[in-house]
Amino acid sequence: MAGYIAHRLLWSIPTLIVITIATFVIIQLPPGDYVTAYIAELVETGEVIDAETAAHIRHEFGLDRPMYEQFLTWIGGILLHGDFGLSLDWKLPVSELIWDRIGLTLLISMLSLLMTWAIAIPIGVYSATRQYSFLDHLFTVLGFLGRGIPDFLLALVLMWMGFLYFNFHVGGLFSPAYENAPWSFAKFGDLLSHLWVPVLVLSTGGAAGLLRIMRANMLEELGKPYVETAYAQGLSERQVVWRYPVRVALNPFISTVGWALPALISGDVITAVVLNLPTTGPLLLRSLQNQDMYLAGGFILILSVFTIIGTLLSDILLVLTDPRIRHS
Amino acid sequence: MSEQTLSDTAVEPAVEVKENSSYTAKPLTLMWWRFKKHKLALWSLGVIILLYLVAAFAGFLAPYDPFKHNRLHPFVPPQSIHLFSEDGTFQGPFVYGLKRQRDPETARLSFEEDTSKINRIRFFVEGDKYKFWGLVPTKLRLFGVEGRRNRIYILGTDKLGRDLFSRLVYGARVTLSVGLIGVFFSFVIGITLGSLAGLIGGTIDTVIQRMAELVRSIPTIPLWLGLAAALPVNWDPILVYLLITVILALIGWTNLARVVRGHFMTIRNQDFVLAARLSGASKTRIVTRHMLPSMTSYVIAAISLAIPEMILGETALSFLGLGLRPPVISWGVLLQDAQNLRSIALAPWLLIPGVAIVVTILAFNFLGDGLRDAADPYQK
Amino acid sequence: MQDETILEITDLNICFEMREGTVNAVNGVNFSVKPGEVLGIVGESGSGKSLSARSIMNLLPRNATVTNGSVKFRKSDGEVVDILAEKRESRKMRELRGGHVGMIFQEPMTALSPVHSIGKQIMTTLSLHTDLSKKAQVERAADLLAMVQMPKPMEMLKKYPHQLSGGMRQRAMIAMALSCNPSLLLADEPTTALDVTTEAQILDLIMSLQDELNMAVIFITHNFGVVAEIADRVSVMYLGNAVETAAVDDIFYNPKHPYTRALLQSIPRLDGQKRRRLQTIEGMVPDPFNLPTGCVFHTRCAEKMAGKCTSQIPELTYFENDQMARCHLHQA
Ligand SMILES: Nc1ncnc2c1ncn2[C@@H]1O[C@H](COP(=O)(O)OP(=O)(O)OP(=O)(O)O)[C@@H](O)[C@H]1O
Ligand code: SF4
Ligand SMILES: [Mg+2]
Repeated sequence: MAGYIAHRLLWSIPTLIVITIATFVIIQLPPGDYVTAYIAELVETGEVIDAETAAHIRHEFGLDRPMYEQFLTWIGGILLHGDFGLSLDWKLPVSELIWDRIGLTLLISMLSLLMTWAIAIPIGVYSATRQYSFLDHLFTVLGFLGRGIPDFLLALVLMWMGFLYFNFHVGGLFSPAYENAPWSFAKFGDLLSHLWVPVLVLSTGGAAGLLRIMRANMLEELGKPYVETAYAQGLSERQVVWRYPVRVALNPFISTVGWALPALISGDVITAVVLNLPTTGPLLLRSLQNQDMYLAGGFILILSVFTIIGTLLSDILLVLTDPRIRHS
Repeated sequence: MSEQTLSDTAVEPAVEVKENSSYTAKPLTLMWWRFKKHKLALWSLGVIILLYLVAAFAGFLAPYDPFKHNRLHPFVPPQSIHLFSEDGTFQGPFVYGLKRQRDPETARLSFEEDTSKINRIRFFVEGDKYKFWGLVPTKLRLFGVEGRRNRIYILGTDKLGRDLFSRLVYGARVTLSVGLIGVFFSFVIGITLGSLAGLIGGTIDTVIQRMAELVRSIPTIPLWLGLAAALPVNWDPILVYLLITVILALIGWTNLARVVRGHFMTIRNQDFVLAARLSGASKTRIVTRHMLPSMTSYVIAAISLAIPEMILGETALSFLGLGLRPPVISWGVLLQDAQNLRSIALAPWLLIPGVAIVVTILAFNFLGDGLRDAADPYQK
Repeated sequence: MQDETILEITDLNICFEMREGTVNAVNGVNFSVKPGEVLGIVGESGSGKSLSARSIMNLLPRNATVTNGSVKFRKSDGEVVDILAEKRESRKMRELRGGHVGMIFQEPMTALSPVHSIGKQIMTTLSLHTDLSKKAQVERAADLLAMVQMPKPMEMLKKYPHQLSGGMRQRAMIAMALSCNPSLLLADEPTTALDVTTEAQILDLIMSLQDELNMAVIFITHNFGVVAEIADRVSVMYLGNAVETAAVDDIFYNPKHPYTRALLQSIPRLDGQKRRRLQTIEGMVPDPFNLPTGCVFHTRCAEKMAGKCTSQIPELTYFENDQMARCHLHQA
């Protein structure tokens, strides 16, 4: 098994390298560079910049050097000093800008993952053990709805309903009073009271999908002979269901964590734009629009790295929980 | 799928065409047979056909030119259709005229029904000019109201006074076709890579598998955003549209490839393929004549599940302003108007394109589920 | 319920309401088992053998309805439990399952939990029905594995089903079923999935354990040879009916029911080759949705009496030595 884990770890290295290069290429793809975008922006407001100043700015940021040099400087900085370069737009080191936001994105993603499971597992088990009951049908309908509504649309609707019926402003992660306050229990509480909206938005889609999987898996497992053996041993229905089939039916859950994470992070990016959350979404969007390449690159890189780690962890977890794989 | 038929076709090219068609038809007929039992999926198929018909006849169905501004009618709420006037007399379908009011404090315009004016709905009327299927210039529209200056807005208007219903109908053309074209691209990539991996195996398989894994481990939205941001703002909308679908396909092919590869792996050693191989059929022949047709049903199911993904992708990108941009009309572009609370609170009907999106996605999902069950009744 | 019996099934009827119609899967099954006795049940596929066995555990499929009949079981302390009157989940039923009645199944691979070790699964049964300490449970589990002749029992405890061969898994299954000294063992085709050599070993094992522990066994099989080898009494089933029940010698040398006779004729003589699957008899097994009227066997019976057999359901006829058969031939 150690061999397997080592193998998986080794494989993630080329993946990382490819992702890094891909990221850099993507952010270099747009014609022109930050300065062009910057000048275009200034022109809109009526200012004009002469060629000399433009060249000066380019030189300052190293934009006039060959592509591979820029890449090596960039990646070297990250690897050696954890320095992600300078945000051209904000005139601040990228690392100062992103960690807070990535932290919040990860927090929301993790909470959503937990929420997804908290919804999907019990309901899936219930639906399978009480197949075709009224609640089973109800959950099926809700599940389909959850699968059909895109995250950002759900966020919009929640926002509108909150406003319409509760005169409650859904959006953001902090009340204005706490926005810039230092961390305290009160601020944390305030965070929690705002957090449920994005978490709910992000978990419904995933939960709806997982629910179907869980139900199908459970139905399949419940039909297997070992379930009958378990009853024949004298176990009660509850014991049988939770001790055996749930464990087997959960395997696909664990193996999909790796894929769930990228989806959640993606979902967070777009939901955050709608709900105006101080997570990665809005900033990433802006940096892409402005060709603030080191900032955008930093985001894409770190988010990708986290998903790779997530996939890795889920593979390892799967091996640990399923003896059939563990011993082969 | 009898072995008999197959080895026969491989040996005797003379009867090939006929035999072969019965062979490909068989799994599909079986699939259709099982599919028909799926009531929900059947209904969804109906809905989808209807949606595509709407898209195909957008010009005829839309009462107005979707680009035409009307400064007098910004943010008109959806009008309801009546049959009886105030005094209870039957009038046939009609809408009341619009009464404009200006809030004295906020200076905001608002509209109310003017029950003294009855604008009857007329069918097959002359309206704004358009070209039917881009070819035949015509003015014929399905419906409109009496009187040259009167308007009917069954779904309301946006801030520039454009008719939302007309825009929605036109938007269907773009959004629904993005699904098809995107799936076509990812289908080509997916089938090619999937069959390469499943057939040749070995290093090629490993490389393709890793590639798929790589693509899947990147959070899609940031990647989409990154790629879409690379498209210059001033490019031709058609080009942008094509490139967006290519971008969606570049990320969406993995699932199809997985299905194809998995299927190849399992059938590679099945009797009928072995039989064909033993009777001397060439490799390409085995693949194109025997193996690919045998998985048509799976591929159809996978495709119908991939289309909603594409539609969602387009919608999300356009919604964020990185995909299609006005003046192109797509449902995602329409939703851009509903991006903030202020507009939604003022004009909730701007969310209606969202309803269209949800209906479409649900219909495709149900259809896909039904097809998948029909393709393989034993798969979960 | 007769004093000396441990299990008595009277007039059992089970049906399934399906969209296509009603399936009368079991209609009129009668048999009883004495302590320490081995009852063999033979019959073609779909004749209702497994359903009859599951009714003893009160573990029928959820869509099954018992329309008539009773199943009574006498515990070792003398208490008689009316099984079908109990709720499926009742405490009494759960005590019975695994505690007083053990069960082994056909597929040793899939009948064991894939995610728990053999030891863990045996100890689950032990912890449900005994108050042994954890340590005592481990010891008892190892003893049981030794009893079913598994090598290195202590190591075997830690193995998962997928690491064992079919024969070994079936041994583990038996160890699990016997862990709480049941007075009745239900074996539903326990050797069908095994190869011939392993089958012989498992049969020997079951017989020697039956002898040693003096428990009653209900042994379900397709195989008349196996029945001849191990059963004291035999019940022959056809289309949900127990058409004939008798001591093993009477079944082979003095069969009363035409179906039993036809079955015996379709296999080679006993002294010749013993192990042979049941051969099919002329004609098709009727569709379970449309059972024949009158005697269920009349569509294939060589001794059919026109009129009577096609319209009247034959009553059970009792002969000496507890032999009974359902056939008009024997009714005066
Ligand atoms: N869950 C169920 N739903 C519907 N019908 C069922 C169900 N279980 C059993 N049956 C019906 O009951 C009949 C008897 O089933 P049973 O499992 O007792 O047969 P069997 O004699 O054990 O056959 P085999 O030798 O194949 O194990 C079957 O033919 C089937 O039609
Ligand atoms: S009752 Fe009639 S049909 Fe049935 S077994 Fe006896 S003789 Fe044959
Ligand atoms: Mg059976």
